[in-house]
Amino acid sequence: MAPLLEVDNLKIDARKDDGSLTPIVKGVSFNVKPGEVLALIGESGSGKTTIALSALGYTKPGLEFTSGEVRLHGQDVISMPSEEKRLMRGQKVAYLAQSAAATFNPAMTIGEQVTESAIIHGQLLKEDAENRAKELYRALELPEPERLGKRYPHQVSGGQLQRLMAAMALCGNPDLLVLDEPTTALDVTTQIEVLKAFKSVIKQEGSAAIYVTHDLSVVAQIADEIVVLYAGEVQEHGSAEQVVSTPNHDYTRRLMNAVRPPPAAGHGDKIEKSNNEVPVLELKNIFAGYGKIRDGTANISVLENINIKISKGQTVGVIGESGCGKSTMARVMSGLLPASKGNVLLRGENLKPDLKNRSRSELQKIQFVFQMADTALNPRQRIDQILGRPLEFYLELRGGEKRKRIAELLEMVELPQDFAGRYPDELSGGQKQRINLARALAASPEILLCDEVISALDTIVGANIIELLKQLRKNTGVSFVFISHDLSTVASFADHIVVLYAGKVVDQGTVDEVLSPPYHPYTRLLISSVPELRVGWLEESVDEIEELSLKRDQGFIN
Amino acid sequence: MSIDEKIKEKITSFEELPDAPPRRKIRFSIGGKIGIFFVFFWIVMVFIGPYVSPYNEADILDESLFIVPGGEEYPDTDYQPPSKVAFLGTDYLGRDTLSRILYGARTTIGISFLATLLAYLLGVTLGIAAAVGSEWLDMFLSRFNDAFLSIPTIMMGLVVIAAVGSTIPILIGMTGLIYATSVFRVARSLGQDVMVSDFVEAAKVRGEGLWWIITREILPNVVMPLATDFGLRFVWIILFISSLSFLGLGVQPPMSDWGSMVKENLGGLPYGSISPLMPSLAIATLTIAINLIVDDISAHSGGKLSNRMI
Repeated sequence: MAPLLEVDNLKIDARKDDGSLTPIVKGVSFNVKPGEVLALIGESGSGKTTIALSALGYTKPGLEFTSGEVRLHGQDVISMPSEEKRLMRGQKVAYLAQSAAATFNPAMTIGEQVTESAIIHGQLLKEDAENRAKELYRALELPEPERLGKRYPHQVSGGQLQRLMAAMALCGNPDLLVLDEPTTALDVTTQIEVLKAFKSVIKQEGSAAIYVTHDLSVVAQIADEIVVLYAGEVQEHGSAEQVVSTPNHDYTRRLMNAVRPPPAAGHGDKIEKSNNEVPVLELKNIFAGYGKIRDGTANISVLENINIKISKGQTVGVIGESGCGKSTMARVMSGLLPASKGNVLLRGENLKPDLKNRSRSELQKIQFVFQMADTALNPRQRIDQILGRPLEFYLELRGGEKRKRIAELLEMVELPQDFAGRYPDELSGGQKQRINLARALAASPEILLCDEVISALDTIVGANIIELLKQLRKNTGVSFVFISHDLSTVASFADHIVVLYAGKVVDQGTVDEVLSPPYHPYTRLLISSVPELRVGWLEESVDEIEELSLKRDQGFIN
Repeated sequence: MSIDEKIKEKITSFEELPDAPPRRKIRFSIGGKIGIFFVFFWIVMVFIGPYVSPYNEADILDESLFIVPGGEEYPDTDYQPPSKVAFLGTDYLGRDTLSRILYGARTTIGISFLATLLAYLLGVTLGIAAAVGSEWLDMFLSRFNDAFLSIPTIMMGLVVIAAVGSTIPILIGMTGLIYATSVFRVARSLGQDVMVSDFVEAAKVRGEGLWWIITREILPNVVMPLATDFGLRFVWIILFISSLSFLGLGVQPPMSDWGSMVKENLGGLPYGSISPLMPSLAIATLTIAINLIVDDISAHSGGKLSNRMI
């Protein structure tokens, strides 16, 4: 069969300020056959999105095609005049962006947006387009296909929006779909639904697809072919089966190793502890929420009756889907959000709910590590200023002593000394996260609240950060509250797990207790939703997951 | 091998790809360079203008200067075309236009600059206070500001000057106050943006006081957009002062300022005199030059700036 898309020795360069060119994509070639799903996998900066966009004859501003061809149906799309490119896009090739929430226009109904491109291109009449959309809603298992088109984007959930974007792309019946990290921003449970819908709709429509992602386990479920990229070059190219089971290239093996094992009992690190000791931090009957507080309940209640104890040196993993109140809990502990009812106890002593009323030494003992290192570091302060401030503020270190301690901190997070003189902009994502951790450690805290500290990082970088955290725990004896939506990460790092659902603790105990049978049904849903790194896993587990989600939606908790 | 080297080796073995390109330096386009030239020129003139000008701003040139051999015995001195005596001709009273422009640079730019400074001092202080302060403070300041904003600026100027007269301190104070309202809005919205960022939250969790948060976390992050806005605001104020002078309410004679020079010499237009055009040209070169520079700076910041400043 003749390939649908041929990428032939593609080279793309970025033009710098001084006019010189930096290669971003260095001679990449591959083919996509009709009806085939090809996955581009790699870390951020590997050029995977840039390559995928070239299938539409498009580059981001600042990049330029330097050589090579991208042929769709044998016709080069790079040298195509822009009018032809416009006709091709949407009709022959459609693009699905990473964040559906940011892509939909909030002021137009869903139906208008899904059918827009097919109608504009004159492929379908309005009525036919609407019928086609309804067909697609059904195929994607969206609720109420007849009436869905009349709704607005904010009236449906994130996972549904992601599927609606697929409907938008498929409406014009394209030959090729380009999917850019379509499930990365979703919860595990939603991710499964979306993956399943994508897979079946691609099969049903018979269109080919390029699937861009950094998540190898997701790729194993959906792709026929896998291309592994690093720094703009193809490292390995083969069938999904072959790449996943017998990777040939070192880099692929590195990627595989960084994928955390499926959550199971016995993976967690255990630390000896006596139970009689007063817990470092304790939450007692905590209620919290946003809006006006009346009689101890907030207008929008987020957390209800939370009881958690954290002992010295213990790591408590907090897990749940987005919106379950994980971050709110950390904010209550730190005092950023005063609890509406209940007590926060530090070493058995009551803490004031609002951090404004807490003493400096109380503040020092609880340190917060923010999720996004990109935004958590002031871009106008040098690293030594960022790390030096807590030293000055809590420990009153000055001059030489302060400099010495900054050097120690940098060493602790495995960064070279000369980073002290840099600005956050000059660091990579993982390095920024290390500085973020170092800043929290600078206060010599007793407990570190880590809010999704690795979820914004690539697999390999994230794995390195987890290694660092383990080492820090060993060397400093600090307690950790580790918040994540990724059960595998939590299972490999924590020794105690708290499962949150809709603001309530549904399950808690040691890793072994929570992750071995008999499971709580919600925990089981979370466990079984984590994709395994093998081909065919999706088909095997999809029924069980659906049954569990149904139970969840019917409210097994209350 | 030292520990530092070991760490470095370990980092290279991460093979972590760079996250973002390093910070770019501002590169000025040709327009920007022309802008810098003119702004620099006028700044120099503010300082040395009166010393290099051929006459005093108030001097009415003697008719003997204009006598040409074989010409009239008593020539007109007003609206003289450019000549060796007066490079840019003379105005309606026979004063040297060039000298008046050079003297006027000091008045026009000086008053506008002081008024802009005052507007910034007031606007930024209150705007940041509204951004970091309590809901009530924000509400009070913002509504008060809205009320002020609803009065047309020129009307406001007319009323104030009619009530208390036109002296330079009053002119500066009034203009500063009027423009502080728009600076307030810019500063408040910039401050609010930064206020909700994670690093400010991190400072709050650390227990930092308001002073630290304002001076170390917020101000450094709003200073660039504010500086660009300063340029634009300065231009508006030059135009405002000039239009007041044009109405005869600004700088009072015999002091020269560019706006009043345009007005005084309008009568010369029918005679083909260039005397009203020259001060207009001075206003245009300065304001356009500042705009060119601001354009380059905001292009450097990725266009985000101009959006936020509206």
